[in-house]
Amino acid sequence: MSTSDNHQPEPGAGKKIHRRTILGAAASAVAIALVKSSGGQLVPAAVPAATPVAKAGAPVVPADATKVQGAVHGTLGTRSGFEQLKKKPTDTSSRSPLQDFHGIITPSDLHFERSHGGVPVIDPLKFELLIHGMVDRPMVFTLRDLKRFPSVSRIAFLECSGNFRGNKEEMTPQDICGLTSQAEWTGVMLSTLFREVGIHPKATWFLAEGSDAAVMTRSVPIHKGWEDAMIAYGQNGEALRPEQGYPARLFLPGWEGNTNVKWIRRIEVGDKPWMTREETSKYTEPIKDGKIRQFSFDMDARSIITFPSFPQQVEKGWIEIRGLAWSGRGKVVKVEVSTDAGKHWQTARLQEPVLDKAHTYFRYLWPWDGRATEIASRVTDDTGYTQPTMQQLLQARGRDMGGYHLNPVTAWVIKGDGRVLFKPEKWK
Amino acid sequence: MNNQGLFYFLLCVWLIAMTSCGSSPVGTAAPGKLATASTPDTSNWPSSFAFGHTASASYIDSIDIDIAPDGKGLPAGSGTATEGQTVYAVKCAACHGKTGAEGPFQKLVGAMGDTTKAKTIGNYWPYATTLYDYIRRAMPFNEPGSLTNAEVYQLTAYLLHANQIIDATTVIDAGSLPQVQMPARALFVNDDRKGGPEIR
Repeated sequence: MSTSDNHQPEPGAGKKIHRRTILGAAASAVAIALVKSSGGQLVPAAVPAATPVAKAGAPVVPADATKVQGAVHGTLGTRSGFEQLKKKPTDTSSRSPLQDFHGIITPSDLHFERSHGGVPVIDPLKFELLIHGMVDRPMVFTLRDLKRFPSVSRIAFLECSGNFRGNKEEMTPQDICGLTSQAEWTGVMLSTLFREVGIHPKATWFLAEGSDAAVMTRSVPIHKGWEDAMIAYGQNGEALRPEQGYPARLFLPGWEGNTNVKWIRRIEVGDKPWMTREETSKYTEPIKDGKIRQFSFDMDARSIITFPSFPQQVEKGWIEIRGLAWSGRGKVVKVEVSTDAGKHWQTARLQEPVLDKAHTYFRYLWPWDGRATEIASRVTDDTGYTQPTMQQLLQARGRDMGGYHLNPVTAWVIKGDGRVLFKPEKWK
Repeated sequence: MNNQGLFYFLLCVWLIAMTSCGSSPVGTAAPGKLATASTPDTSNWPSSFAFGHTASASYIDSIDIDIAPDGKGLPAGSGTATEGQTVYAVKCAACHGKTGAEGPFQKLVGAMGDTTKAKTIGNYWPYATTLYDYIRRAMPFNEPGSLTNAEVYQLTAYLLHANQIIDATTVIDAGSLPQVQMPARALFVNDDRKGGPEIR
């Protein structure tokens, strides 16, 4: 964002300067300059001569916002320059700033990302989805075709199954589990397309293939296709972001992120899994007795307190503990919060809507007495599953436990001076 | 098809899908799940919307590049580890190391039981066909999809040999590749988590 966005462009987009502006300019030594609006066009802006020079990137604040005209309206909205929301990118992924969210919808530009060959540019007019294999009629659907079918929308989370980091105190929710996000996804149910092509009665799996540089593939049991799989082309009311698979992706509610193949170009229906690289050598996890668990699709229930969290500082007195809870198997039915290092647990309030396979916001009001302690949350879903501790996971999976599908109770240490630190979980 | 007929048709399709998944250890769908809010009411739908067009066999062939564990999809051609060594040195070693064990990216070589902590082809990959499929679709990283079928066979042979799974002279082709027994195969088990109170 350029600092000029925060100046006060005059309405009228350069055609006419209002009398009031000129009067205002005369009255308070305001200069008129051409600046770029948030929409990119040059517009005249009243620039108060007395405005202090701001640090690069920070908004310029007038001495009295009631005495100068505000910004004109651009073709795109902008985030306040005071809000420094950022994904944390690596070469292959980018993490959502969970600690900055006030609700359950992840702003589209802050949705986590993961790719295996970068983000491709796909021309929506040339997009085609082929469905073939064990079908009566192999068919090709253009994006326009997909959009003509009856459509559905649902709000659901999407989480990478490799979504736990926990080796040091100085970690934010974004660092620990920022590879989860939530959007309203719109598209055509895969079952609708299955009706069109006619699925062979003996088909049990399908292969989903992307058109990225990895031409990434995953095998998916066909029941998921009939149950709630979607070919999504909408995200939070607009087209998918390129990073989320523009123009269309597979969306499998509650299932590990990697199976939600982006930039989808092909679905092959068959009767066995294909044993692709991602479902054999990558998204599998060592468990007890030297075994390796495969096709671990469901994301187990999980929660995290996002406030207070590192690096925030709290004060003695009332604190509203806040966070997110979710389950890939169904609805959140309960979130419990402990403020005494796990000795006692109290029920948090859940914010509606509490949706199936969706991030759910929870709150718990807590009078902090100023003494050092630990706070943590744990969720229970409608299958009766309660989020485990790391020790419980280790007991179940053994010391060689792999890094996928880790959903341990996450605790924050509150120091006597109000500092908040993550309580590290080391298991190797 | 009238609405009632359509209903029974869909019910049959669904029951068959459920039944056939029942034999698969990963099937987790419960019958009530079909009636979720996200599932459209199809009662007044036509049997087909007639959107989209039939795919030609040549179009399907042009993008159907997957290789199944039984070898379905493998093209003609063959390669040996000796041939693959040259291709590996030119196109792969920069990322995966001189012998495949060094990295910096994705250490590929490390036989079952050796001291490497990396998940390698030798100690972690359960199917040899996956090698062919993945190398052809996604490698090399800086020029994905550029290898010839013969080069892919050669590299597959090279990597299997480097992981002490085949000898240097074994010819890898559509017939022999699916027969290669991978050391890690027996370690793989299907997901046993199923919700409920138990931690798995």
